[in-house]
Amino acid sequence: MKGKTLYDKLWEAHLVTQRPDGTALIYIDRHLIHEVTSPQAFEGLQLSGRTPWRIGANLAMPDHNVPTLFQERRSGIDGICDPVSRLQVLTLQNNCKNFNILEFDMDDQRQGIVHVVGPEQGATLPGMTVVCGDSHTSTHGALGTLAQGIGTSEVEHVLATQCLLQKKMKNMLIKVEGELDESVTAKDIILYIIGTIGTAGGTGYTIEFAGSTIRSLSTEGRMTICNMSIEAGARAGLIGVDETTLSYVQGRPFAPTGEMWDQAVAYWKTLVSDDDAVFDRVVEINASDIAPQVSWGTSPEMVLPVTATIPSPEQAVSETEAEGIQQALRYMGLQAGQKITDIQLDRIFIGSCTNSRIEDLRAAARIVVGQKIAPTLKQALVVPGSGLVKQQAEQEGLDNVFKEAGFEWREPGCSMCLAMNDDKLGNGEHCASTSNRNFEGRQGFGGRTHLVSPQMAAAAAIAGHFVDIRYWKGMA
Amino acid sequence: MEPFHVHTGIVAPMDRANVDTDLIIPKQFLKSIKRTGFGPNLFDALRYLDEGQPGMDNSARPRNPDLMLNQDRYQNATILLTRGNFGCGSSREHAPWALLDYGFKVLLAPSFADIFYNNCFKNGILPILQENSVIEQLFTAMYAEPGFTLTVDLEKQVIIMRDGQTREFDVDPFRKECLLNGLDDIGITLRDQDKILAYEEQRRHITPWIFSEV
Ligand code: SF4
Repeated sequence: MKGKTLYDKLWEAHLVTQRPDGTALIYIDRHLIHEVTSPQAFEGLQLSGRTPWRIGANLAMPDHNVPTLFQERRSGIDGICDPVSRLQVLTLQNNCKNFNILEFDMDDQRQGIVHVVGPEQGATLPGMTVVCGDSHTSTHGALGTLAQGIGTSEVEHVLATQCLLQKKMKNMLIKVEGELDESVTAKDIILYIIGTIGTAGGTGYTIEFAGSTIRSLSTEGRMTICNMSIEAGARAGLIGVDETTLSYVQGRPFAPTGEMWDQAVAYWKTLVSDDDAVFDRVVEINASDIAPQVSWGTSPEMVLPVTATIPSPEQAVSETEAEGIQQALRYMGLQAGQKITDIQLDRIFIGSCTNSRIEDLRAAARIVVGQKIAPTLKQALVVPGSGLVKQQAEQEGLDNVFKEAGFEWREPGCSMCLAMNDDKLGNGEHCASTSNRNFEGRQGFGGRTHLVSPQMAAAAAIAGHFVDIRYWKGMA
Repeated sequence: MEPFHVHTGIVAPMDRANVDTDLIIPKQFLKSIKRTGFGPNLFDALRYLDEGQPGMDNSARPRNPDLMLNQDRYQNATILLTRGNFGCGSSREHAPWALLDYGFKVLLAPSFADIFYNNCFKNGILPILQENSVIEQLFTAMYAEPGFTLTVDLEKQVIIMRDGQTREFDVDPFRKECLLNGLDDIGITLRDQDKILAYEEQRRHITPWIFSEV
């Protein structure tokens, strides 16, 4: 019998039943809920007189459109200025009360971006199936978890049945081997991968990330990688369980303890692909090829090393690609041949479920310390991923480092990642952002997003433009 | 979901092809937190002369007198007669929600957009495909007779005119069974609830920590 991949193992462990057409019922261990994609699902439950199948499987929190300004945040839900946002946050609270679902509400210290909070609380554990009505649920795969984003009707389906209806994906292995330059981060690895395989490269697959480079990353860095699996086209990304995973999980509030911990660890240690497992596609990446990355266009695959120049439509291999480049250049207001380091920036955003964990903030703060943001910037924002990340950062004095440099230090939430609240780009403004999507209008109408690592964003804030942090020594 | 057996109702026209989901329910209404209440804004850009926004008092808005659906004779219609490729565009489920909330239970057209067609069944609406010539005849008959009604018998898969003439229609056997029994996707899954319970029972031993309460 041939060996199994980690995905095969997780799939089999959660298979409830399979229909003749190949559609399977997959059992869901953990369901995370936020305010944007859940209201109609709860309404659907109510209309059909159903109740949640297993209440304890659910954990909810508002994140997408909570305000991040302390002044607006201070008076709770009533204080949210935008009526649509207020109604969504309030509706989540009411639904959770009605159905008896645990919610970390806006005033709870544990509230934050659902993909930061799940692992932070140990609500996401290795070997689980995790779903959430949000495509970046892939983040949780870093813990050896089968985690995927779902739509509103699936949210209702999971609430009512604890199962998801789906067909099995194919297996892809992305192996990253070798040593990284010390200024090159998990974010650069995943941007480089997306640049290599394209935004459709992972479509139809579950991607497992492996290799010595991935092994050497912290769990937080691994989350950054899995987070953007969806930008590579894969609904789920995975990393096998190792000692790094176990020590991350141990002691988290919802993690098992005592004898049950030992039992769990014994099981979790089996959550790796077998040596003789067969993958449908294998991609090999050499870590030493990866330089700090900057996205220049309107799709995450339009990404280049910071040392590069903006491409021209003439370099394209097909007419469609040429049109894509042309369209992106027009939207981004860039010229072919322009150096990436010459792009002038208007705003900086350090945050989002990709890069708002404590390590990200520490790394950015190390670059910023003792410096001032460029006077040409309109704004530089740091938005911690959760209340607990914020608290930890403040204990370490990182808030002061950022504030003294001229950054704004905000309350946790999705913020400028998708501009559902007031944190957005103006028309035509360029932003160095640690988020995950650079689509047209994503960070505000006409806004121009450049995806980078926290270190690159921090250095760009000081310089006012992108710099190659491998050689950059600060402004002083 | 309500079971669907035999339905008799007034037929109303949407006499144009390629009606997309944005025409069925414009995007400014998608911010709602509900799946009900979209009825007054169904075909909003066609039914009213001003631009609709969420929260408006729709009864006070100027209605488009030229739109047939707005005429008295078509009020309380529950069957929509329309043209090809109905429901094209984005996959928003708000489109069937709006049709259902307005009161439509049956749609008749020569073709439907794929995702929309499936979304109808999931929400208890029966979309019926008929050949172009039949749709043409139905339009003529409907325009000729105020209060024109049809009866649709899903079990027998026939449309029955008032004079007793019938027309057969096709429907996927699985979708038919779901509609007859009022089963949505959740209802179908819940027919396997014994299997889900058995699965949980088994996993409680292997991975008990999954079942600790949060
Ligand atoms: S931070 Fe951005 S990508 Fe992540 S969940 Fe929030 S909106 Fe989605």
